[in-house]
Amino acid sequence: MEFLKEFSILYENLFAYQWQNWVMVVIGLVLIYLAIAKEMEPSLLLPMGFGTILVNFAASLPEEYVGPIEVLYNAGIANELFPLLLFIGIGAMIDFGPLLSNPKLMLFGAAAQFGIFFTLCMASIFFPDLDAASIAIIGAADGPTSIAVANELGSQYVGAITVAAYSYMALVPLIQPPVIKALTTKKERLIRMPYEQKSVSKLTRIMFPIVITIVVSAVIPEATALIGFLMFGNLIRECGVLDSLSETAQKVLANLVTILLGISVSLNMVGEQFLKLDTLLILGLGLIAFIVDTAGGVLFAKFLNLFLKKKINPMIGAAGISAFPMSGRIVHKMGLKEDPQNFLLMHSIGVNVSGQIASVIAGGIILNFFS
Amino acid sequence: MNVFAMFSNLIYALTAETTGAASGVLSGLTFEPMNFVRMLSYMGKGMLVIFVLIGVIILVTLLINKVFSRKK
Repeated sequence: MEFLKEFSILYENLFAYQWQNWVMVVIGLVLIYLAIAKEMEPSLLLPMGFGTILVNFAASLPEEYVGPIEVLYNAGIANELFPLLLFIGIGAMIDFGPLLSNPKLMLFGAAAQFGIFFTLCMASIFFPDLDAASIAIIGAADGPTSIAVANELGSQYVGAITVAAYSYMALVPLIQPPVIKALTTKKERLIRMPYEQKSVSKLTRIMFPIVITIVVSAVIPEATALIGFLMFGNLIRECGVLDSLSETAQKVLANLVTILLGISVSLNMVGEQFLKLDTLLILGLGLIAFIVDTAGGVLFAKFLNLFLKKKINPMIGAAGISAFPMSGRIVHKMGLKEDPQNFLLMHSIGVNVSGQIASVIAGGIILNFFS
Repeated sequence: MNVFAMFSNLIYALTAETTGAASGVLSGLTFEPMNFVRMLSYMGKGMLVIFVLIGVIILVTLLINKVFSRKK
């Protein structure tokens, strides 16, 4: 009898968890499965899935207990350090060459931010303004910007927003093609865009990140940190004297910060906080944001075609969402599928990197409006 | 009663605010269709700022290209 009593005391914690904690453990396992089996953003979804399991088992501990994930969260997410450090890595990965060859492509990056503002309107129906603004930024199709803005605005939905942002980025190959096809005719998809390679000088490549930082920061100070860290990473890449640092930023720094970011964000994925209809609604609104972003870029290209003699393939407008480089590659593949001789890659990648800049600007604008 | 008002009442009846519970399944949710209209001004201003700023960036980039292009 004594043995059974001790045995039951040993395992009493099993009954201390809420059903929501167990559901979240299953969600954590699903995230790990998607990361490993489906290779969906594995560097983020895997630590996030594992972190979800950890925080839900730690949920039964006393409230005053501060676990390692909370320490990491306070050290890197509460103060927005991790997303900004990640931007250094992303900046170092981006080649702005195609964009510098044809700067007009940046207009599509601007048009494809429409989904953010449309989602802001939609989300405001159900959520308070600050949460609506945080949810809208899922449409930036840019994880670090989503996390930084949601955190700066003090949204209680940082976890759900992060999951939505990264999940839809991974699902871009499924989300974008049907939208692009629905909005374009076969004739439009067949439009060829010959690429005229223009040489871009090293000095131009060096000056670009510096000048962009100055211009954007001067107009929208709220975007200074986001654009500054992105362009700092790019400057490391282009300056030509910090090659080993550039390589470190692209690989080691980006990978390390992504792991820490993923596992820290999972602090917001405790069952009672996460399993609400709110979360489902946020996932739905995030999907709307991606769809409207894509539509915005495509329709803007069609609009420009009304005035242009040399027509643009409207599919490249879809690459204006900043899911880099997936979106650019998808447009390229769709072009090849329609016509094996239609090479849109350089144009679509140019639009894609412009989307990266535009999404950061959009994040700064949202912060300017609501913080 | 119009459809919006009916939905509004339904959602409002389900929210924690009505029941007084601190963390209901629909905690924090509201249903205010007119907020969509209110936010349209932000949409207009936001898109305008993005396009103007991107326009400036395009001009600056063209200028950089011109000034710092490789001399042959």
